[in-house]
Amino acid sequence: MTATGTEPWILEMIDIHKRFGPVVANDGVHLAVARGEIHCLLGENGAGKSTLMKILYGLYSPDRGEIRIRGQRVAIRSPRDAMAAGIGMVHQHFMLVDRMTVAENLVAGMEPVRRGLLDLDRARQQVQAMAARYGLQVDPDARVQDLSVGQQQRVEILKALMRRADILILDEPTAVLTPQEVDELFQVMQQLKADGKTVIFITHKLRETMAFSDRVTVLRGGRHVGTVRTADTSPEALAEMMVGRQVMLRVSRPPAKPGETLLELERVSVVDRRGQPRLRHVTLSVRSGEVLGIAGVEGNGQLELEEAIAGLRPLAGGRIRIGGREPAQPGPRGRRALGLAHIPSDRLRRGLAAPLPVARNGILGRHWQAPFARRGLLRERAIRDHVGRLLASFQIRGRPDAPAATLSGGNQQKLVVARELADSPRVILACQPTRGVDVGAIAQIHRELLQRRAAGAAILLISADLDELMALSDRIAVLYEGEIVTEGPTEAFTKQQLGLWMAGQRPVPAAAKDSAPAKEGAAGA
Amino acid sequence: MLDGTPAGNARGWLRELAQSLGAIVLALLAGAALLAAAGYSVRDAYWSLYQGAFGNVYSIADTLLNAIPLLFTGLAVALAFRGGLFNIGTEGQMYAAALATALTALALPGWPPLLLITASLLAGAAAGAAWGFVPGFLRARTGAHEVITTIMLNYVAILLTTHLVKTRFKAPGPVDQTALIPAAARLPELVPATRLTWAIVVAVALIALVDWVLRKSSWGMDLELVGQNPSAAAYAGVPVAARTALTMAASGAIAGLAGSTLVLGVLHRFITHFSPGYGFTGIAVALAARARPWGVVPAALLFGALQAGGLSMQLFARIPADLITVIQGLVILFVAAPGLAALFRRRARGPVPVLPREGTR
Repeated sequence: MTATGTEPWILEMIDIHKRFGPVVANDGVHLAVARGEIHCLLGENGAGKSTLMKILYGLYSPDRGEIRIRGQRVAIRSPRDAMAAGIGMVHQHFMLVDRMTVAENLVAGMEPVRRGLLDLDRARQQVQAMAARYGLQVDPDARVQDLSVGQQQRVEILKALMRRADILILDEPTAVLTPQEVDELFQVMQQLKADGKTVIFITHKLRETMAFSDRVTVLRGGRHVGTVRTADTSPEALAEMMVGRQVMLRVSRPPAKPGETLLELERVSVVDRRGQPRLRHVTLSVRSGEVLGIAGVEGNGQLELEEAIAGLRPLAGGRIRIGGREPAQPGPRGRRALGLAHIPSDRLRRGLAAPLPVARNGILGRHWQAPFARRGLLRERAIRDHVGRLLASFQIRGRPDAPAATLSGGNQQKLVVARELADSPRVILACQPTRGVDVGAIAQIHRELLQRRAAGAAILLISADLDELMALSDRIAVLYEGEIVTEGPTEAFTKQQLGLWMAGQRPVPAAAKDSAPAKEGAAGA
Repeated sequence: MLDGTPAGNARGWLRELAQSLGAIVLALLAGAALLAAAGYSVRDAYWSLYQGAFGNVYSIADTLLNAIPLLFTGLAVALAFRGGLFNIGTEGQMYAAALATALTALALPGWPPLLLITASLLAGAAAGAAWGFVPGFLRARTGAHEVITTIMLNYVAILLTTHLVKTRFKAPGPVDQTALIPAAARLPELVPATRLTWAIVVAVALIALVDWVLRKSSWGMDLELVGQNPSAAAYAGVPVAARTALTMAASGAIAGLAGSTLVLGVLHRFITHFSPGYGFTGIAVALAARARPWGVVPAALLFGALQAGGLSMQLFARIPADLITVIQGLVILFVAAPGLAALFRRRARGPVPVLPREGTR
C-alpha cells in the first residue's frame, strides 16, 4: 500500500476537464472518495457522470486534470491500467459472453490452467469462494444467457472483484433491476463496504441516493455542484442541486391568452424496436399563445414524444393533430406543411449537418422550397440573404460558407432556433432548446420563444432543465416511464415537487411537505 | 463560393493537394527502397516510368487513355461516397454497361453516327444504373450492406456477360468476344493516330455536371445530407431510402460509361474479361480525390500514368511486372489512405499525455 497515512482519500480526481468538440462534458470536476465508503455520483443525464467515470476507468483521457489513487498521482490510459490500479467497473450494458457459463466468464483472461488445459474445477471453486464471501449467490455452471438481469449484474460485480478491484464503479446499476433486485444489490453493497471495498455509484434517482450512499457528489452541466454527507441532506436539497441553475433566469412571462387548440395528442403510444412500450397513451393539447412544458428525467419517453410529434417515428397507437388536422403524409414534411417547427433535442445528430456550410444548414429542410430553390436549383442569392438575416437577427458569429461544425455550441443552437422560427410557425416543438449553450444565448432563445407565444404560436417545450420549464411554461406535464404522471398549471408545482415527480416519486401535498424528508432520511440511515 | 464539401475552402483544398503530393513522394521513396533491395537501378526504373508516362506525345496519350475509364469509375465511386455509400461494384457495372452498349451498337447498324453513339451510351448507362440500383434499393429497403451486395454483383456481371457472349453473341474465332461494332458507332479520335477519343470530353463534361449538381441543386443537397448525417436528412424531410437507391443508380450509370466508352472508343467490340480492374482502381482514385469530382482528374491521371509508365518500366528497365504492381499498390496505399496518415499523426502527438506515468505498477 502506498497510502501516506495522512491522506484519507483512496481516490481523488482533481480539476478534470474533458470536451468533445464544442460540448464540454467535464468542466473542472472534483471528486474525492474515502476508503470504504459508498459514494453516490448524482446528476441528470448529460451532467458528465459517465464521462468522469470513463476517464477514471481509462476509456477517455482527460484534457486536463489529475487523478490520485491512495495519494499517488497516476496515469490511467486504458482499462488495463485502471484494473492494475484496483479499479473495477460494472457497465450499464453488461460485458458478458452469453453462451458461456458463469465460471467461464469470470475466469476469462485469467484462466487457471492445469497441464495446458483449462482447469474448470478450480475455476468453479474460485468463483464459489468469491460468491460466498460477498453473498453473491450464482450458479457457476449456469449459462449467462439463462440468468436474470439481476444475476448477470452479480456476475459482473464478481468479475470486477476477481480482478482484485478495491474501487468498484457501478454505472446506473439499478436502471435495469426490479425493486427486489435493488434491495439485494443494496445488501451486496453493504457487504462490500464491510469488506473494506469502496463503491462509486452512478445514478439520477434520489431515493437510491438517500438509501444507499454515505456521501453524494452532485454534477450538473459538467460542473461540480457540491459534495455532501447523505445524513446531512434531503431529497429536496439534492433535487435542487441536481436541476437548479446558478444563474437566475430573468424572463417576464405575461399571462397567457390561450386561443384555439393547435397541437393535440390523443392516446399516443410508441414502442421501441423490440416492441417494448416507450410512450403509453399520452394525451396532451397545446393552445395558441401558450407554452406546455414537459418535465422528466431523460430516458422516460421525451425522445419518443419528440420523434412521434415530429414525424420521425411511427405511432403504435393514437393520433396527432396539428392545427386541427392530421398530417396528410407521414414524415416530417407533412408536419411542416401544417405549420410545425421542430427544434430537435440533439442539434449535432439531427438539427445540423455539421460538415456542411452554415448557409446550407440555415435552409435545411427548406432546400426544395421557394425562394431558396426553383425547379430543383438552389438560388444562392436568396439563401445568402436569408441566412445573413438569420445570423444578424440572432447575433450568430460565423461565416455562411464555413462548416457549421466550426460554430460554437451556442451559435449552432441559435442557428437551429433561428431557422425553425423563421417561417412564423403555428406550432413549435422546442426540445432542450438551450442545452449546452451559454447564458446569453439562453436568454435570447427564451425571449424569442416567448415572442412567438405572444404572437399566437402553440409551444410544446421538452426540457430537462426545471428552471427553464418553470420560467417559460404556462402548464407543466411530467413524463415518467412513458406516461404523463401529472399535469397542471406551473404555479401548482414547486421545483422540489417536480424533481420528485421526475424521479418517480409521488410528492406529498404541499401542506404535509415537512414530513417527507424525515421519511427519506430514515431510509438513508 | 459556397461549397458543399467537408472542408469547403480554398486553403483546405490546397492542404489536401499538398498531402496527396507528399503521399506520392513517400510512396515512390518506399518503392525506391524496394527496387534497390531487389537489386535494380532506381534511377533507370523511375526514368523509364517517367518516360513511359510523360516522355513524348504518345506516352502522354497512353497515360490519358489509361486515365479515361478511371475518370468514370473514380467519379462514380466519389459520387456514391458523397451520398454516404461505398460502391465497390463499379467493375460489374462497367461490364453490364459495356455489353449493353456493344449489343445496342450491333442492333442498330443503319443509324447515323451521332444518334447511334448516343443511343449506345445511353443503353450502357441504363445497364450500369440498373446494376447500381439493385444494391442501392436493397440497402434502402432491407439494410443489406452495399459493400457486400456490390461485390457479389461484380461476379454476377462479369460471369453473366461471359456466359451471354459465349452462348449467344460470340463472333467466330478463338476469343470470347462479340462482332466488331459498325464504324458509325465508334467514337471519333480526338488526337489523330492515337486511340484518344471524345470519351475524355464526355468524362470531363460529366465531372463538371456532377460537381455542379452537388453544389448547386436541391438534389445535390439531399444527397450530401444523406451522406453526412442521415438523421439530419430524415429530420429535414429528405426521403433517405429513395435517395440512397437513386445515388447508387447514378453512380452505376457513371461507372457503366467507363465500359461503354471503352467499347465504342478503344475495343470496338465487347470482349469478355476486358477490364484490368478499372472499377477497383476507381475506388483508389475516388479516395485520392477525397471524393471531390474535380479531384478525380489529377487522381485518374496519376493512376493512368502509373499504368502507362509501368509498362515502360517492364520493357526498358527490365523490372518484373510483379514489382511494378507492388509499387503501384504502394502509391494507392499512401495516396488513398489519408485516414491512415491522420492516425499516425495522432499517434505521434500522443493521446493527450497529461499525466506522468507513475505509481500504478
